[in-house]
Amino acid sequence: MSLIQVNGISKVYRLGDIDLKALCTVSTKIEQGEFVAIMGPSGSGKSTFMNILGCLDKPTTGQYMLEGIDIGKLDRDELAGIRNKKIGFVFQGFNLLPRTSALENVELPMLYDGIPAKERSEKAAGALKNVGLEGRGGHHPNQLSGGQQQRVAIARALVNNAPIILADEPTGNLDTKTSAEIMELFVKLNTESHITIIIVTHEHDIAAYSKRIIRFLDGCIVSDEEKGIRGQGLENHD
Amino acid sequence: MINLPATLKISLRALRVNKMRSALTMLGIIIGVSAVIAMLAVGTGASRQIEEQMSSMGSNLLIVVPGATTSGGVRMGAGTQSTLTLADAEAIKRECPAVEEVGPNLTGVAQVVYSNMNWSTGVVGTTPGMLIVRDWTLSSGKPFTEQDVKSATKVCLLGQVVVDNLFGDTDPVGKIIRIKNVPFTVLGVLGKKGQSATGQDQDDTVYIPVTTAQKKVFGTAFPGMIRSMMVKARGAEYLADAEKQINELLRQRHRIGPKQDADFTVRNLTQMMQAREESTKVMTLLLGAIASVSLLVGGIGIMNIMLVSVTERTREIGIRMAIGAKTWDIRLQFIIEALTLSLIGGLAGIIIGVTGSEILSALFGWPTIVSPLSILMSFSFSGLVGIFFGFYPAYKASLLNPIDALRYE
Ligand SMILES: Nc1ncnc2c1ncn2[C@@H]1O[C@H](COP(=O)(O)OP(=O)(O)OP(=O)(O)O)[C@@H](O)[C@H]1O
Ligand SMILES: [Mg+2]
Repeated sequence: MSLIQVNGISKVYRLGDIDLKALCTVSTKIEQGEFVAIMGPSGSGKSTFMNILGCLDKPTTGQYMLEGIDIGKLDRDELAGIRNKKIGFVFQGFNLLPRTSALENVELPMLYDGIPAKERSEKAAGALKNVGLEGRGGHHPNQLSGGQQQRVAIARALVNNAPIILADEPTGNLDTKTSAEIMELFVKLNTESHITIIIVTHEHDIAAYSKRIIRFLDGCIVSDEEKGIRGQGLENHD
Repeated sequence: MINLPATLKISLRALRVNKMRSALTMLGIIIGVSAVIAMLAVGTGASRQIEEQMSSMGSNLLIVVPGATTSGGVRMGAGTQSTLTLADAEAIKRECPAVEEVGPNLTGVAQVVYSNMNWSTGVVGTTPGMLIVRDWTLSSGKPFTEQDVKSATKVCLLGQVVVDNLFGDTDPVGKIIRIKNVPFTVLGVLGKKGQSATGQDQDDTVYIPVTTAQKKVFGTAFPGMIRSMMVKARGAEYLADAEKQINELLRQRHRIGPKQDADFTVRNLTQMMQAREESTKVMTLLLGAIASVSLLVGGIGIMNIMLVSVTERTREIGIRMAIGAKTWDIRLQFIIEALTLSLIGGLAGIIIGVTGSEILSALFGWPTIVSPLSILMSFSFSGLVGIFFGFYPAYKASLLNPIDALRYE
């Protein structure tokens, strides 16, 4: 059983009279412990695909199996439970709650999981330490740099021990050096904690951190290459 | 399964985080609630005061005063000579079938002394009939009688204010006081009545037989003179008849021809008071209307703030859903937020409205009565507005796909 298995999922947006096919019958499998990069030109359906994987959106057709569970058969609240426990989503724009401390932001997934206060703050502090933000728990998002905010978001994605992290252009708003630090963090989580990581990016040096690259074009997967070793197999493209 | 303590915590945290929004929403509720309470308290207080004055004055009353009526109203300038006599009063009682009782009035201000205490008060010379006319009972002792009036006895009834000032805690019944140096025996004490319609303290008075007032205290310009008289009709439906009968009788007794102006005027006190009560009711309604406008404005303020914050809050809802908030986690959070704001704002509004009413009555001497209905009405209106506009956008957002909530603009 694969961790993630999608069978012919598509996504169609109705815009007035015309149907816009953002995703056309995509099928693929992703195994536990993989580090996958998703690439492709703008508008090719990468985010659409990620949002479906993250249970933030539903496919128009097709089947999505996560850990053997048919996601299409779950109701809203069961999906919320999946997002809470199985998936950590990292956004390009961070999506932290404003005017709320880093620690409280990281605590949030545990609040919705009903974890007691003491355990909550201990684990949140631990997660912040894990992403290199020890002692920054009291800072509000607007008191943190972009890289630090993204680390808070990653800590939030980690804190409920989700086996999967989905990151849609997590370094899109960051400079090269900070991007490299964030990517090192993902690599560490992948190798040390065996967390499955799926990341959308436009940049080859970001994709170079992955072991597998899936390329999208006009809503379809056009290539899917396993590199086995990080950093290989990139020179041939573009 | 919903985790209530956690949701409560989330709500309170969100309120604390969005301080400005919370404060402004509460302000809307506070203004709405306190304005309605204070305004209606002023209106209710005013009409209650008039009702009390009406019942303290007695019912179905006419007053007969000297001086002619002109088309412009009652002419009662300085130097108006009295033309009324005690015999007129007795005749009205005897000959007008619509009249139940008559109370003559010969009033003056006099110094009243008991041992080493003295007090300046209004001394009213009258008959036992006056107590019936004014629906006035004694709190102790007994009234003077027709016999006392006939023989001009030196006896008196004291108003409570006079008792308080001359006697303190001593029982005045049976004691001797001096009015203008004439000794009087206190027969009884008049029950408390409070303020009159003209703002005088009705308990600051001494009643003596009218004949005693004429002969021994004030003296008269002509035999039997009185200043005015109050007449009680047999019932509300007899007021017009009584007025007519008194007019006819007095014109005849005073020998006034049909074309001549009368030298007296009969006024319908009850009608005058009812007119005042009507206008106070109109005023209460007006105040209520103004207050409702502020309630509405407060409500619109709440609505605006809530709606303006929807975009921000919809993204917040998207974030919360993305990390695992269930439908009712979201809804409960916003219900609790809105309830908390409405409750705190409403309570603050009630406190401010009630103290505001008290400050108004202390500052301007307006009697104010806070009615429970105004509290209930304003509280529930602002509360419902706050809860509806706080919760409805959140309810709608809770039905969105998480990704749509995250992208909401
Ligand atoms: N909510 C929506 N309504 C209508 N069309 C949409 C919506 N979301 C996405 N699309 C369309 O679907 C297509 C795929 O969009 P998507 O966001 O998946 O692209 P992307 O590969 O992530 O692009 P980028 O690299 O610019 O982020 C685009 O043509 C876009 O216009
Ligand atoms: Mg995208």
